[in-house]
Amino acid sequence: MTVFPFLTAILFTPIFGMLVLACLPREAERMIKLIAAVTMSVAFGLTAYLYWAYDFARSGLQFTESIPWIPELGVSYALGVDGISLPLLFLTMLIGLAAVFASWKLDKRPKEFFMLLLILLTGVAGTFVTRDLFIFLLFYELVVIPIYIMVIIWGSTKRVSKEYAGMKLTIYLLLGSAFMLVGVLALYLNAYPPGSRTFSMEALAQAHQLGHFSEEFQIFAFLLLLLGFGSLLSMWPFHSWSPDGYAGAPTAVSMIHAGVLKKIGGYGLIRLGLLVLPLGAKFWAPVIVGLAVVNVLYAALVALVQKDLKYVIGYSSVSHMGYVLIGFAALNSVSINGAIANMFAHGVMSALFFAMIGHVYDKTHTRHIPDLGGLAHQMPRVATGFMLAGMASLGLPGLIGFIPEFTIFVGAFRAYPWQAILAILGIVFTALYILRILANVLFGPRRPEFDHCADARGLELVPLVLLGSVLVVFGIFPQLLMGMVNSGVEPMLPLLAKLHQAPSMLGGLLK
Amino acid sequence: MNITLLTSEILVVLLGILIMLFDVLLPRQESRRSLGMMAVWGTLGILLYTFTLAGPPATVYKGLYVLDTFAVFFKQLFLVSTVLALLFSLDYVQDWSRNQGEFYALLLFAVAGMMVMASANDLLTIFVGLELMTVVFYILVGFHLEQVKSSEAGMKYLILGSASSAVLLYGMSWIYGATGSVVLTEIAGKASASPAVLLGVALMLAGIAFKLAIAPFHLWAPDIYEGAPTPITAMLAMGSKAAGFAILLRIFIVALPALQDYWLIAVSAMAVISMVGGTVVAMRQTNIKRMIGYSSIAQAGYMLAGLMAADVPGVQGMLFYAMLYIFANVGAFAVIVSVSQQTGTDEIEDFAGLAQKSPFLAVVMTIALLSMAGIPPMAGFVGKFYIFLAVIEQGHLWLALIGFIMSMVSVYYYLLVVKTMYMKEPKDSRPLLVGSSIGVAAVASVLMTLFLGIYPAPLADFAKAAAQVLW
Repeated sequence: MTVFPFLTAILFTPIFGMLVLACLPREAERMIKLIAAVTMSVAFGLTAYLYWAYDFARSGLQFTESIPWIPELGVSYALGVDGISLPLLFLTMLIGLAAVFASWKLDKRPKEFFMLLLILLTGVAGTFVTRDLFIFLLFYELVVIPIYIMVIIWGSTKRVSKEYAGMKLTIYLLLGSAFMLVGVLALYLNAYPPGSRTFSMEALAQAHQLGHFSEEFQIFAFLLLLLGFGSLLSMWPFHSWSPDGYAGAPTAVSMIHAGVLKKIGGYGLIRLGLLVLPLGAKFWAPVIVGLAVVNVLYAALVALVQKDLKYVIGYSSVSHMGYVLIGFAALNSVSINGAIANMFAHGVMSALFFAMIGHVYDKTHTRHIPDLGGLAHQMPRVATGFMLAGMASLGLPGLIGFIPEFTIFVGAFRAYPWQAILAILGIVFTALYILRILANVLFGPRRPEFDHCADARGLELVPLVLLGSVLVVFGIFPQLLMGMVNSGVEPMLPLLAKLHQAPSMLGGLLK
Repeated sequence: MNITLLTSEILVVLLGILIMLFDVLLPRQESRRSLGMMAVWGTLGILLYTFTLAGPPATVYKGLYVLDTFAVFFKQLFLVSTVLALLFSLDYVQDWSRNQGEFYALLLFAVAGMMVMASANDLLTIFVGLELMTVVFYILVGFHLEQVKSSEAGMKYLILGSASSAVLLYGMSWIYGATGSVVLTEIAGKASASPAVLLGVALMLAGIAFKLAIAPFHLWAPDIYEGAPTPITAMLAMGSKAAGFAILLRIFIVALPALQDYWLIAVSAMAVISMVGGTVVAMRQTNIKRMIGYSSIAQAGYMLAGLMAADVPGVQGMLFYAMLYIFANVGAFAVIVSVSQQTGTDEIEDFAGLAQKSPFLAVVMTIALLSMAGIPPMAGFVGKFYIFLAVIEQGHLWLALIGFIMSMVSVYYYLLVVKTMYMKEPKDSRPLLVGSSIGVAAVASVLMTLFLGIYPAPLADFAKAAAQVLW
């Protein structure tokens, strides 16, 4: 029986939409936006169906496809999703759809914008659905260039110029990927003898179980991967591209970048770092936890003093990635569950934040916090979006942010109690900076200069409704997310149990 | 003696002579474009003919000339680059030269020289092929008679090129003196690590590195790239460079494997200096042809890195890269020609607003540059992947690390061009019309760059077959 190739369909829907856009005249702005929206709706619909159809009980990769591609190198066009990648794929399409509507008002060269947006989304989606490392790399770097072009054309110049922001973002991520590429090549060469080599991620993970990777090699290769994925995940001290980049980028790019692109880093660390090089992961875990605590605290403190709304959320996302890293490095099933779920949760809330900031900026032409105030009077709907995102960000129970963070701390406390306590301190700072911007921007006396600013209405509400309802629904029914993630983490249990005994740097001195 | 093995070379020379004849016969006021079309179709025909040449290696002239998969690979590479370079020179040359017939004929003679280099199996034949190519290039580089820059470049290339040829020849004479032979396969048996042989090897390496524009023998490249007529710059970057790699591989892999320990050190040093130096200096350039000139130094460094592996996968990577580099260059130079036809200069700032004046050309340029930078899904990524895979396998992980870091740094200056094209507003609102032949070349380059990047298997197999011949 041939099954409908859902993942291929999801992957190629945006590409197809992009090609259609390429054929349209550039004046047909409405048509262009409409086609982009339809394309992303189809892709999102298909992904949502997969999410619904995924069988929790039968964990592991589902909806698999495989076609040999470059037999000489052992590359195959192999797709498949499991409980780790499916939430992230769902997130990609969700944010992609929201980003299309968040850019609805865009009138500067819309044809190019939406074409690049669709290429970007294909790239991100591709990294999550592929099971082949080579194809993963193809998609991984596919995303960098569209982002650069989008930042320099449609970005905004505030504290740093958009050219600077775009170039910094691009070069940081590409340099990180250079280390990652070398790490991947070394992995590939060491996994199997010539003739039976393969880029299949499962086969590489198996190579570890067969004992093909020495401990020294794992430690070395993991470091290379950590440099690549860590800089994408904005791990301190490789984080500085992130606030500048988000501030310079147009709304849709900030949403996608903070929402999903960063998560490729965390995904890669788990898929490659943990599953293929577990001993390396264990060795570096204390270092990662240390850096992650710096991430959480340092970025939260910096966010506290920012005057630009986008910088606050930019640093906030750096800080939240610290939680993900802690969850990852604690290396037990609970914490990893939390890390993956937190990636999803943070994606939704940061996308909503950036969408709302984009709206406020559109109307008021400023993102400077002291200039804003009392916007809840004029824009109650936008204020609702801000509140939802803010409350989720500080981990209010009942919204999506709470359960993942809680899970991370429960897991991390077992492995690294002191660091976990320090990181929990971060929540206090998070609450501080979130409440500070909410209070300063939304509340306070009504300011007459913003009276002309209209609230979100019509199609502008789509991002708010889409992302907001996911925040609430997944918050009230956490099982929707946690069940999925858990089914992805379950196959790792034996590995994690074994790892418990494995040596780590400093002999676990930092514990 | 099987003279039919030389058919493709003979055909190329005949085509050149025919074009010269027709040039004389055509009335003076008649457009010379037909000669260009004749060159294009003729070369295309010869290219198709070379596809029948596959088969076991065969030699002619007492083993001095060999036709194997390696030679066929390079011949096809030269012919492909010639067809594409001719396509984007048709309109361009017409604009400023009354001697178009000579231009096309000379270009074909240069190609004949390259094809001889690909097949040569002894040092003297290699030298003859090399000189045939280089002497023609001296003329072609200075072909733009009304431009001082072009004449200056021609003169520089003549002086520096002859000096480097002398060095190469001197090195060959030491090898001949020490081993008593000029045939590559015979040298292989006799070369020992004596000072005389090592001196010869060093001199030859320097001479070839000059032709390849590999640092520290690269100083001529930016000036000459800038001054030469753009199609000739393209042929220097594509054909001349690839031909240099063809003889480099033949000499060092076939004749001198015994001295590998010695020349690998030099090769690694040159590869690193080229990758780093070319990339760093390219960042500061404001002229697009100079920028491509410096970047081509870095590109030669990547290709040379493949030689560090000194095995089939390494050479396979080099050959693959040489081919994809053709397509990337064709795309870039086609756009440069189109833009300079309108603006009359080659400054990067003249690309401002190209994305609005001609979205097609802007996309072609972006894809070509990103392929050079090695960003997927463009072919450059796969090429670097093959090369550095082989390099890491031989234990030179550091070299791969430098290579990948440098290729990511190089994205910086390639993106500066992209930025100029996409972000800046055009200086004037005249739409840029793309000539049909330039359009064909540009489309071919984009399609091939994407195709090779997404489905590299066929070319990789061909390159592997070609590489295996050397062992």
